[in-house]
Amino acid sequence: MSKRIGMEIALAAAEAVALCRPDVIAAYPITPNTHIPEHLSDIVAEGRLDAEFICVESEHSAMSACAGASGTGARAFTATSSQGLLYMDEVLGIVSSMRLPVVMAIGNRAISGPINIWNDHSDIMTMRDLGWLSLFAANGQEAVDMMIQSFKIAEDAAVQLPINVNLDGFQLTHMVEALFLPDQKEVDRFLPRRKPYAALHPDHPVTMGALGMPDIFTEATKARDQALVDSRKVILKVWKEWEKQFGRRYEPIEAYKTKGADVVMMTMGSMGETAEIAVDELRKDGVPVGLLKLKLWRPFPFEEMKKAVRGVKTLIVTDRCCSLGGPGGPLAAEVRSALYAEAARPVIENALIGLGGRDVTVDDFKQMFRQAGKSKGIYEFYGVRG
Amino acid sequence: MLEVRWHGRGGQGAVTSVELLALAAIGEGRFAQGFPSFGPERRGAPVAAFNRVDEKRIRRRCVIASPDVVVVLDESLIGLVNVTDGLKPDGVLVVNTSRTAAEIRKALNYKGRLAMVDASAIAVQELGTPITNTTMLGALIRATKVVKLASVAAPLEHRFGRIAPRNQKALQRAYEEVKIH
Amino acid sequence: MAQKKWPETWQEVTPGCMIFEGGNSREYHTGSWRAQRPVWDNAKCIKCGICYIFCPEACVKEDARGYFAADLDYCKGCGICAHECWPGAITMIEEG
Repeated sequence: MSKRIGMEIALAAAEAVALCRPDVIAAYPITPNTHIPEHLSDIVAEGRLDAEFICVESEHSAMSACAGASGTGARAFTATSSQGLLYMDEVLGIVSSMRLPVVMAIGNRAISGPINIWNDHSDIMTMRDLGWLSLFAANGQEAVDMMIQSFKIAEDAAVQLPINVNLDGFQLTHMVEALFLPDQKEVDRFLPRRKPYAALHPDHPVTMGALGMPDIFTEATKARDQALVDSRKVILKVWKEWEKQFGRRYEPIEAYKTKGADVVMMTMGSMGETAEIAVDELRKDGVPVGLLKLKLWRPFPFEEMKKAVRGVKTLIVTDRCCSLGGPGGPLAAEVRSALYAEAARPVIENALIGLGGRDVTVDDFKQMFRQAGKSKGIYEFYGVRG
Repeated sequence: MLEVRWHGRGGQGAVTSVELLALAAIGEGRFAQGFPSFGPERRGAPVAAFNRVDEKRIRRRCVIASPDVVVVLDESLIGLVNVTDGLKPDGVLVVNTSRTAAEIRKALNYKGRLAMVDASAIAVQELGTPITNTTMLGALIRATKVVKLASVAAPLEHRFGRIAPRNQKALQRAYEEVKIH
Repeated sequence: MAQKKWPETWQEVTPGCMIFEGGNSREYHTGSWRAQRPVWDNAKCIKCGICYIFCPEACVKEDARGYFAADLDYCKGCGICAHECWPGAITMIEEG
């Protein structure tokens, strides 16, 4: 039986990971994700989880240890944030190219500089093209659920790819709130033991991570891309199973009051919850607005995106990240390319908000809705002084 | 929805207070948030922590700008931090102090509801240390009825184990001794 | 698992480009990289095996009499064996 508890979301995420019975956890602390591996180390020390907890000397080592462990067929987990993720960078593409289903929690935090430890999405966006599946949690319950879903998705015979679950740093990681934590029996029923496609073992030699020369690299890359595209079916299947067993529904893009909406906003992560309140208040005043909350970032849900904006006049895409010197926010850039070939598509505006921990209030969302259609240029720094 | 802002100093347990209150409300089958002021932790520095308590699921994830309740764990913060900033006109200020209500009102130029208790004295007597987070939780509960006093027992037990009874007693005393003006 | 020597199409690429047969580096004849070849003077050779140990390609082999020679299918001509041979029994000579 799931239990309704109050718990800091980072700790609840760690409890959820422990319920998945990982064999190896390798992590290096960095704010604001630290409470996740810290709590897992407690769980291991208390004897509640039989796992190897490796105190590595860096995030580069953390991901390398996860790669090695996953290569032997172990279930491996790590967590990081911001600069720590950058320090892992070199290994991230190796893990996905070797089809190792490592699960990683990211307590999203701005990339320095100026040095900043607060939330935005610039860390995860640096690894968006590295072949990992990527989910975004909007609240504590989703963080817990996605942790458990992730192992099943990543390890599916048709997927065998690493996955990251994004929790907004502080806004989610440091929040004590009410959530349902499944019990061990329920998780065991949902999540089978990992059956690796291949595992490193002296009795059954296999080469992982061999050289790929120009005569194979294009084919290898196409195969990797196709694996990500095809993983969508498995994600949808696992989310259906989750709904059936736990009663909570997950979709790549969750629509909130978009019926009849002229102006629709799009968010990723925890901001979506606050934005819902703005939608409620404007709807009460007779302003037809709606909200789309993206939960699946990789593979990008192109089909769902096209369906979600049918009939919408203006789409305000919010980004908690700036692609410096580029097309604005990464989400808006992808949304634009997803809709480019559509005959009828909304005007797409891009608001860069919530950067480096800047608070985004209900009134901010209402203001953005009211300003719809007035954006100059393809993106704007909402609320920037000067 | 009730929104609470706690003022304390790093190390005085404001974050523990918000966790205890959130767990007490959640334990009643209701909804709550408890969170620190986001950022680095600095021992001794003025810090804030926050609660939201509601009957419905809480979706608001921005800062609390206009709290219904402000709790001041450490009297020395008065004058150093603008503790009444944004406090709603019908809100309540809960202060750990041995001064008179008139003195506090004058120091803060504050005319609203005021709840006062000498939590430092209670904490020293009951816990042997002037850490007032659990004590002030008792004063807050009396002043706001945000949760039932009994609802705090399980979170206290979970958090403090062996020393839970002493914290429970300090909390109970503040609940009884707080004066509401 | 039966495999073609090289996958022709992307559909034939194994997940993660994994290679399931051991010892297949034998199929990669690095001997074509060689510009110089090592030649042993067995009159100077003391059969110490230093060349065998140091060869990074592991292509130096010992014969029945205890003397050494490189397998020229794989020898890249790096010259490490000649450099390490302290009796000076190995000479690098130009190919061709």
